[in-house]
Amino acid sequence: MKTLKRNPMQTLILVLVSAWLIGSASSAMAAGSEADFKTAYAAAEAANTQAGVLRDQWTTTASALSAAKKAAAAGDFDAAVAHAGQAEALAKASIYQATSEKEAWKNLEIH
Amino acid sequence: MRSAIPLASAGLAFRSLALAALLGALAFAAPGPAVAAADTPDPVADAAAFQKYFTDKFPKLKLADFVNGPYSLNEDMHRQWVEKEEFPPYDFSLDMGKEMFSKPFKNGKSYADCFPNQGIGIRQNYPYFDTKEGKVVTLELALNRCREANGEAPFSYVKDEMAALTAYMAYTSRGKPFDIKIPNDPRALEAYQNGKRYFYTRRGQLNFSCASCHVQNPGQRIRAEILAPALGILNAMPIYRSEWGGMGTISRRFVSCNSQTRGVPLEPQADEYRDLEYYLSYVSNGLPISGPGARP
Repeated sequence: MKTLKRNPMQTLILVLVSAWLIGSASSAMAAGSEADFKTAYAAAEAANTQAGVLRDQWTTTASALSAAKKAAAAGDFDAAVAHAGQAEALAKASIYQATSEKEAWKNLEIH
Repeated sequence: MRSAIPLASAGLAFRSLALAALLGALAFAAPGPAVAAADTPDPVADAAAFQKYFTDKFPKLKLADFVNGPYSLNEDMHRQWVEKEEFPPYDFSLDMGKEMFSKPFKNGKSYADCFPNQGIGIRQNYPYFDTKEGKVVTLELALNRCREANGEAPFSYVKDEMAALTAYMAYTSRGKPFDIKIPNDPRALEAYQNGKRYFYTRRGQLNFSCASCHVQNPGQRIRAEILAPALGILNAMPIYRSEWGGMGTISRRFVSCNSQTRGVPLEPQADEYRDLEYYLSYVSNGLPISGPGARP
């Protein structure tokens, strides 16, 4: 029986094509829909509103929310979902900051 | 699909907090006060400690020199200041303010009718705590209230006309020491304490408080600028700032500081900013008014 032998270049091309195919499949699986964007955006907006109640919103959260809206308007829901996720994470970090600073500010005081 | 989002979010949040922790650690590493404060505010003791901290940190400076901010911190900067004062960049604004101040409103009244001593030589008493309103009243706020009470539209709080008016009023108070009072009213003490809290609270994505720059690092460079000490920082207001290419008020200073830390600034004359101005002015009591000023 004849065995199939490949040269190193063929093997490399095979590996690269496989990686590309796997990558494409993963991207397709991670693609966002309009519904995903709406859910992610609402969560980010809610967290940012809470940061606003604590008087500690970040400009970077606002930028990420704006980028999410812009991407959604252009129909790029993958990017829109990613930006909304960023915005939510930033807003949550600002909430953490505002909450921990309720007492931590005293450590800096001159007395 | 959704499972990727919390992971990405968690990663980003972690990076944000790691950045915050790193910046926080850097700020904590800088020399500064470290013992937790008592919960009961004692403004007199606070002001004494505040002034001592800065005079200990800059032993060559006289107390009154702190009102010149970065220009008093080294000889080269001081020479720049002396030359700048020969043809000060705030002169146009000062002239405009003087003219505006003397020009009557449409109803025939003027700013002089709204203030004690016709508004001349009173800057050092602002902000004050209004026991009727139960809040801090700044000079900028009082000026706009004066306009509105006389049927005029309020000015923007951050520059132009407001900077011109406050420049003129500050000029008539030059050399008079800050004399901020805290009346025997628990609400006044609360406003003072709120201002202090705002001053020391870290905010924005960069995790900086006002104190991170102006208590822990005065005299140090941040990019091309030398950070001013918090002591006397409001005595020179309003200022012509080269970075702004124009005049700016105390409101503008607070708003731009918050923005620089990547925090969303509050609206000018928000209660927090009024309280912050009350605290910062009080701890500079005794230092002379030097406004209007000029800064890099």
